Amino acid sequence: MSSIGILAARETPWEIVANNFSLLAVALLAFGAIVVLVFLLAERTSVKAQEWIKYLVFIAPAVLLLLIGLIYPAIRTLVLSFMDARSEEFVGFENYVWAFTIPEIVIVLRNTALWVFLVPLVSTAIGLAIAYMTDRMKRPGIIKSLIFMPMAISFVGASVIWKFVYSYEPSDKRPEIGLLSAISKALNGSAPNWLLEIPLNTFLLIIVMIWIQTGFAMVVLAAAMKNIPDEVVEAAMLDGATPIKRFFQVTIPMIRATVVVVLTTITIATLKVFDVVRTMTGGNFQTNVIANEMYSQAFRQMNYGTGSALAIILFIGIIPIIWYNIRQLRRERTER
Amino acid sequence: MATLSMPTAKRKAKNIFSSPIASAAAWLIAIFWTIPTFGLLVSSIRPEQDINSSGWWTFFSAPNVSFENYQAVLFEGTTTNPPLFQFFFNSLAITLPAVVFPITLAVFAAYGLAWFEFKGRDFLFFSIFALQVVPLQLTLIPLLQLFSQGLKFGDVTVIPDLGITGTYIPVWIAHTIFGLPLAIFLLHNFLSQIPRELVEAARVDGAGWFKLFSKIILPLSIPAIASFAIFQFLWVWNDLLVGLTFGAGTKEIAPMTVRIAEMVGTRGSGWEVLTAGAFVSMIVPLIVFFTLQRYFVRGLLAGSVKG
Repeated sequence: MSSIGILAARETPWEIVANNFSLLAVALLAFGAIVVLVFLLAERTSVKAQEWIKYLVFIAPAVLLLLIGLIYPAIRTLVLSFMDARSEEFVGFENYVWAFTIPEIVIVLRNTALWVFLVPLVSTAIGLAIAYMTDRMKRPGIIKSLIFMPMAISFVGASVIWKFVYSYEPSDKRPEIGLLSAISKALNGSAPNWLLEIPLNTFLLIIVMIWIQTGFAMVVLAAAMKNIPDEVVEAAMLDGATPIKRFFQVTIPMIRATVVVVLTTITIATLKVFDVVRTMTGGNFQTNVIANEMYSQAFRQMNYGTGSALAIILFIGIIPIIWYNIRQLRRERTER
Repeated sequence: MATLSMPTAKRKAKNIFSSPIASAAAWLIAIFWTIPTFGLLVSSIRPEQDINSSGWWTFFSAPNVSFENYQAVLFEGTTTNPPLFQFFFNSLAITLPAVVFPITLAVFAAYGLAWFEFKGRDFLFFSIFALQVVPLQLTLIPLLQLFSQGLKFGDVTVIPDLGITGTYIPVWIAHTIFGLPLAIFLLHNFLSQIPRELVEAARVDGAGWFKLFSKIILPLSIPAIASFAIFQFLWVWNDLLVGLTFGAGTKEIAPMTVRIAEMVGTRGSGWEVLTAGAFVSMIVPLIVFFTLQRYFVRGLLAGSVKG
């Protein structure tokens, strides 16, 4: 490894890019060639042979990859979670006991609960409100694009954006360059060091995730609202329902299923997110969440036992959602 | 009466919803939502000294534009701290195969799941659907070991150590695996809606399963493939976790997100570098987003409203 490092260090960035792109071209061409070749060969086989070759070509690669790359690792993680840091000895439930007793990890679990409660609820609520307000607007395009835009950028990019908003100037003599600090100073005469302020900092990080997810909620909910039959809305209007009343008594009940889907999708995304915390505070100052702590345990502390246990706890949080979604999908299929 | 009242009601509906209050409120939220990004963009084109000594909102009273920051962050660097443009191309080199591979495998699998009749088909489909929400965290440690040590059960070597650590290959494979469940699910939804008569007519004409795929199924599924491609592109381009786990040790292959996250972490990087760097990392997704928003939304809706 080290020899490769030294060798690479002599290369200029452009040489590295050129090398990487040659590998890229080779990989894409090889992949394309294999696919085309397999297809040409398979096409020539007899109709009878195709009856089983078709499974081999179409279904087997994906299924094999999922078995090796998702199912096997997931089971292996479960096993590792009952073993010690270096995966050499079984330690029973020790890693789980650790997770629920060490004060720092209890804070991690508490923060995660806070994220999972607040992000889906607030994003969906704001998303619903905007979707409703723009539902029959003449040109909602720009508004929707602006609110949806954070969905397109990375969590890392979003974290930089918000870290700048929260940035804090320790010296009294220099002006604030962070928007929030400047506003706070104008109003109160002083500004705290936002990201160090416990427990405010956790909420400030949660705001970033809400900022990202609201656009998703809005787009999906707006599409569902468009599907409400005009007659229903008109009937409510002829009854003299105010817009607010109509929102709660017509719109919400009509799109209930979609609201649930949006809530669950955001919940899963929130459980898994680690980029925001990692980039903004590194999980310090009591802002850590389970996905970030899992990464630190596994790849910083190199403790595969506790890292795996945290991954399993994360997964257990998601199981009810998977179960609910499958039931929903089943029902939908039988209706079809 | 009914026919007469309908247009009026509709017009009324328009009037109520496009009431100035609702519009103003929606605009206000949209502007509020954009200010943080806008502030970063404005800062990125200010000279270093201005960024660190005054708020970006003061820019408008004394506009002072400079592209130094972009020049510095993109092209200045050392061998241990390579310039950002190298990471830009790394991201590109990671993303292209990580979009092409899963889509190819997924459109194959989706075709099989939608049109082959076999025992256990529904079970397989539901299993793949369920795999969508398996958190990546659950697979990282074993997958990393699999790439570095191969796969052994006792003394039996199932997969040997391929010596691919430190190259793009683990990153591509990992992204392919993680993208497959959603890709199969979305494409299956689409492919199963192709009219049965069309498929049966082709079969009667003597088209084998492979000809049927290349002549009829594939051309028809291009829009669905496009939708998912955008999805996967943004996902891979914006990913930090996979890049960090499978490619962070090696600067030659680490994606831009890893680099930016590193820059935020180090005390040395000032806002002049961070603002420009962050924007470089966002520019491609933003272009993709604003030009292909329609497809993106379509993919999003297929994935969530139906599921």
